[in-house]
Amino acid sequence: MTGLPLSYDVGSVKRTQSPTYGVWGLRFVALSYLVLFIVVPLVVIQVQGVRYGLDVFWQSVVRPEALSAITLSVYTSAIMAVINTVAGTLTAYVLVRYKFPGKRLFNTLIDLPFAIPTLVIGVMLVVLYGPQTAIGKFFTSELNFRILFATPGIVMALLFVGYPFVIRTVQPVLLQMDASQSEAAQTIGAGAWTTFRRIIFPAIRPAIVTGALLSFARSLGEFGSVIVVAGNIPMRSQTATVYIYTQVEAGNMQAASSVSMVLLLIAFSITVGVDLLQWRRHA
Amino acid sequence: MREISPRSPVAIVLIIVVVAYAGLLFIAPLVAILQGAFADGLEPVLAVFTDPRVQHAFQVTLILSLIATAINAVFGLIAAWVLVRGKFRGKKLFDALVDIPFVFSPVIAGYALIVLFGRDGWLAPPIFSIVFALPGILLAKVFVSVPFVIREVQPVLDALTPEQEEAAYTIGATRFTTFRRVILPEIWTALLYGIVLTFARAIGEFGAVSVVSGNIEGYTETATSFVFRALNDRNDVGGYSVSVVLCLISLVILVLMSFLRGRIVRRGN
Repeated sequence: MTGLPLSYDVGSVKRTQSPTYGVWGLRFVALSYLVLFIVVPLVVIQVQGVRYGLDVFWQSVVRPEALSAITLSVYTSAIMAVINTVAGTLTAYVLVRYKFPGKRLFNTLIDLPFAIPTLVIGVMLVVLYGPQTAIGKFFTSELNFRILFATPGIVMALLFVGYPFVIRTVQPVLLQMDASQSEAAQTIGAGAWTTFRRIIFPAIRPAIVTGALLSFARSLGEFGSVIVVAGNIPMRSQTATVYIYTQVEAGNMQAASSVSMVLLLIAFSITVGVDLLQWRRHA
Repeated sequence: MREISPRSPVAIVLIIVVVAYAGLLFIAPLVAILQGAFADGLEPVLAVFTDPRVQHAFQVTLILSLIATAINAVFGLIAAWVLVRGKFRGKKLFDALVDIPFVFSPVIAGYALIVLFGRDGWLAPPIFSIVFALPGILLAKVFVSVPFVIREVQPVLDALTPEQEEAAYTIGATRFTTFRRVILPEIWTALLYGIVLTFARAIGEFGAVSVVSGNIEGYTETATSFVFRALNDRNDVGGYSVSVVLCLISLVILVLMSFLRGRIVRRGN
């Protein structure tokens, strides 16, 4: 059945091969699975968010604690995205372009954030920058710079979580790039920087943007590492997810739903943006 | 693009900058937690793992993560197949939906489960409880790891040529035999890779699980929730030690991932 034409001409009568019961069955199972685990939670949050009317929804979004939590999440995720876009593009370039000892190990290690519980990332950062270590002491008492329970700690955690995204979207594009173009540019005397800026960068730009957007969306929803590193200080180190968590624990469903809805809307617009980018590239 | 040996000073500086960034980001925290856990030697660490609550937390985590992985492997494979081979209206939409768990905050997913199955939930179950019980944790783990198997298997299925399958049908093979003997060997590595990613995600999940489980000690407490509680209770050695074991598990997962990806690349996918 698969691969065979679904409709074919036999003489003048056009016959269509209809899917068998088995195919219908599999389709039913697959779509129910996607609906139950993806559509239902999505719908539940939207309905719950506006259940008591748009007024109530809006009021619980503009509460100072809620606004400050959403702002903090967007702000820290944006800083992370900028830093990791630069670092990730460089890393991908170095990994594809240069031979160096330990490269395989390094390439393997980049996926660490996908393999490690993010809560553990938070614990590691607390140990590293806590008052009991030399680094922690140096920053808090010498420089009077708070990392833990403050914005820098959140950014550090997000940097860890978001590092692989840009690398893993840019790397395959660089690998597939035709070497002849950049080599031609260099033969006619273009410097390495000019070659990168004029030939390589335009080719990898869509991949960079995709990776950056994905890492940003992922960071907005990050919880495990952030709650450990930042604690839960309203108006100061409470991110949107930590705010939602706190409101659910307190039985404050409306507050939780409204902020959830806002976060989902942002994340959703980003995925749509990424899809449009992919679509434009393939079109 | 071809790989070259770095000759110019700029290239060497670039390599150093990149390795230093990754080192600061990843290696320094890894070293720190090892130091933190073993600050007073091996014995207090070993004592943590004789604690029945810690053993129970690991049991809950491993068993539920395995079940969640199995569910997502079976249904993810079917979904991948339907999304690649099926012809029906709305296929593009369903395909786009698959990525949602990647950006759906786990805390919100956990909250959705509470709205559905909680005490005053829309579908509050009359006989057994889902929220603040093991079924809730399982659902949370399944939800956060839905996309991996689908997204790994899809491109490989898509690249398969139909000739072999058709040949199998021609000589009278049933659908199941064709799947087992023709399709499965081709997608096996990608499927395993997806399974490993699913398991990693399921085992490490904290946000969703912590919202639905209620973190009941010795019952719904998972390994990650144990770490969180240990830190709040100032039981640093406990929290650090369990974290170190979770780190070790993730390093094993990382090695598996790298091995499988190497095989996928060599097959030319």
